[in-house]
Amino acid sequence: MIGDAGKSSEGAWSGLALVAAALVLIPLLAIGWIALSPAGDVWHHLLTTVLPRSMATTLILMAGVGVLTTVLGVGTAWLTTMCRFPGRGWFDWILLIPLAIPTYIVAFAYVEALDYTGPLQSALRSVFGFKTSRDYWFPEVRSLGGAIFVMSLVLYPYVYLTSRASFLIQIASVFDVSRTLGASPWRVFFTVALPMTRPAAVVGVSLALMECLNDIGAVTFFGVRTLTFSVYETWLNRSSLEGAAQLAVAMLLMVFALLWVERQGRRHQKFHNHSTKHLQPSRFKLQGWRATVAFTACALPVLLGFGIPAYILVKMASRRLEQLMDGAFLAAISNSLFLACIASVLTVSLSVALAYGMRLQKNVILSLAVRFSAIGYAIPGTILAVGILVPLANLDGVLNSFSKSTFGYATGPLLLGSGVGLIYAYTVRFLAISFGQIDSGFAKISPHLDMASRTLGRTASQTLWQVHLPILKPVLLSALLLTFVDCMKELPATILLRPFNFETLATTVFEAASREAFEDAALPALAIVLVGLLPVILLARTSAQSFRSKSSTRPPLEAAVPLASPDLSAAE
Amino acid sequence: MTRNWHRLALATISCIPLSLALPAASQAEEVNIYSYRQPYLIQPLLDAFEEKTGIKTNVVFSNKGLGERIATEGENSPVDVMLTVDIGRLSGAKDLGITAPIPAEQLEGTVPAEFQDPDGAWIGLTSRARIVYASRERVEQDSIDYEDLADPKWRGRICTRSGQHDYTLGLIASMIAHHGEAETETWLTAVRDNLARKPTGNDRAQVKSIYAGECDIALGNTYYMGQMETNDKDPEQKEWAASVKLLYPNSDNRGSHVNLSGVVLAKYAPHKEAAMKFISFLTSHQAQGIYAETNFEYPVDPEVPVSERVLSWGTLKPDSLPLHEVADFRKAASEMVDRVGFDNGPQS
Repeated sequence: MIGDAGKSSEGAWSGLALVAAALVLIPLLAIGWIALSPAGDVWHHLLTTVLPRSMATTLILMAGVGVLTTVLGVGTAWLTTMCRFPGRGWFDWILLIPLAIPTYIVAFAYVEALDYTGPLQSALRSVFGFKTSRDYWFPEVRSLGGAIFVMSLVLYPYVYLTSRASFLIQIASVFDVSRTLGASPWRVFFTVALPMTRPAAVVGVSLALMECLNDIGAVTFFGVRTLTFSVYETWLNRSSLEGAAQLAVAMLLMVFALLWVERQGRRHQKFHNHSTKHLQPSRFKLQGWRATVAFTACALPVLLGFGIPAYILVKMASRRLEQLMDGAFLAAISNSLFLACIASVLTVSLSVALAYGMRLQKNVILSLAVRFSAIGYAIPGTILAVGILVPLANLDGVLNSFSKSTFGYATGPLLLGSGVGLIYAYTVRFLAISFGQIDSGFAKISPHLDMASRTLGRTASQTLWQVHLPILKPVLLSALLLTFVDCMKELPATILLRPFNFETLATTVFEAASREAFEDAALPALAIVLVGLLPVILLARTSAQSFRSKSSTRPPLEAAVPLASPDLSAAE
Repeated sequence: MTRNWHRLALATISCIPLSLALPAASQAEEVNIYSYRQPYLIQPLLDAFEEKTGIKTNVVFSNKGLGERIATEGENSPVDVMLTVDIGRLSGAKDLGITAPIPAEQLEGTVPAEFQDPDGAWIGLTSRARIVYASRERVEQDSIDYEDLADPKWRGRICTRSGQHDYTLGLIASMIAHHGEAETETWLTAVRDNLARKPTGNDRAQVKSIYAGECDIALGNTYYMGQMETNDKDPEQKEWAASVKLLYPNSDNRGSHVNLSGVVLAKYAPHKEAAMKFISFLTSHQAQGIYAETNFEYPVDPEVPVSERVLSWGTLKPDSLPLHEVADFRKAASEMVDRVGFDNGPQS
């Protein structure tokens, strides 16, 4: 049935997928290799002093963020999908907006606002006539509690997105039945909706927790000493890169646990796929104080997670408007856009290659490699950057000596010197996000389509181009946008791998923040937020539209795959 | 459908012209610099160097990992020199094996022996003292010893940046060198309990905290005072500076703890000649003068005068402890900060 051309095209796709997986794996193997060298005597200190505390801190942070994002995400998703109250239509997508702000920027805004020297406490002091910090009590924002608060406010949209989709997709009819049988709204929520949405919520929460695990910016601002924090300290203050790499590898155990939980969550989600009709469930009509409570419950997370930090940034940036026309600022914008463009297109292309390669041929090695490559998402950024330096520097060396011996011309650090390292780092770091979406997208396309297309004489490549990609378009778009935003926000790897005289928006924020010139940091920070905002709004709109479409012939791709997820189960 | 694909392709292609913004790989006369020092601090020096020699400078600034980047880049590394603060990082560069000896006879200026590595792996460019900022309003005394910071009379009155920061580690390492580990740990624990809050922010933020009344004394480097006093962009910082006076610790005995900023010549520097010109320039009277007058640091060259402004804060008597001892105890200091839980703030 399938000609030779078809076969060779199939083999090419598998080969391409293998190359893509290898590219992503190499830096991770380099970190593993560094971890194999003896780390001197740092482990005694780590085990006796650092690890017990930082492990506890990390677990409390993750537990706090887990609980709070669940409450916020599931709660607001329930209100906006199942209830009717003033402003509901707006909240539908406004609730996603905090996703646009990097956690380190929210942290920095809150520290500025709530610190002893900030405007709020200064006002309190002048009103009540307090002179020193001993005269009154105020919650310390630079604390574990502060970190849980801030991270939850930025990360709850992950949970909101996944649980909203699950509320919308599958349970409308179940809700109607429960209510016909006389269950109260609360009872429907706790005994029917909550258990049914659990798998979806778990997917969102595990994503939020991965972000929280590898964060270094916000925890540094808050002085919260997590495991990632210890990785950096072992490296920088005790001069043991080996020890740091070992700690990072040990941390991966936690990541694997999260990935496992997430996969379990998805496994139970599979029945989603068969539902193609999204009947809008009849909404509970809220009036009077109930409507006020619902409105407040939805408004608060957006206000705290986006409104207040954005207001602080705007206020600071207004003192530095002259920066707007500054050549360095404009160059930073163009550099950021340039890198994020290239990296997101590349990442999505690699994801398609991987997913399609695995669809064409079941391959154990490939699926294992892909599963491992997802951990790039959770490795502390600077350590990952060191992992990327190793292969790139070696490749540079090979290129250099080849060019020298063949053309008599030394190329020098061709790859590292040109920003290729940055694009490579973004790809390794964010492949998991785009692959998760695209792979789930592929999984929802019936294999019958492939068979039909191939029977009609299309090669594997033609089938991908003419059948799969058009169907996958919304998924590709959302994967592209999310990767793009993540690239814009990325900081630790960017700092270490960038070429000479090269600044992005994120590094400009970092540079200003590192000399505590917060006003100078505000404008670039705001630019990152604005750029991040566009995709989030677009994402919210496309996913909202997909639910509204009455058509039941097209699979509900973007409906069931609302967001990034490093799910790697397609090979099964 | 196809129209959309075209749009996507267009968007991608439109990115490409931007790639021209990437710097050209290699030119003849230039110096490539990795810097742990912040760009605004070194920019005046780079400008002066470019003006004098016509040699272009290219910079990457980061707060971590530059040494590892050089080590990994190996023979292909594009970097010529690394600028850094802290004796720990200077000797760390030597340990990583990324340095080439700097021939002292080629230097334009004079760098005293105590500010140079014996093997020429690094040379110091400026020094700075770790002093005590004290509230003019709420602190009477005009002298202090580091040892006094453990005195219960300071309970709830001390601010500092993180114990794991280079500057704090340097001070703790010097305490270990003078008093031994056990005594220093008792001292550090007592200082911890005298803190007004969790260690946080940079040295400037500590002065702001004194100004706002959060604490009465704070540890900091000298030059921050000058940066605040001359900050026209954020004039409120002048008020912060005006609210504090500088106490030079241990002036009556061993002297105040000083640390270095310095420079390293990269082992595989592709522009070695230009790099040496740059390093030599940094030791010149002109460059040392810029360090003194613009950055308010202490020039290492004894012939270059300290800024009038710096002299107006008080007289520095530097601790004569050899700096390599500070570097040697850095790891012990870092572990002690963890053991004591210094960065968690006061515990009793």
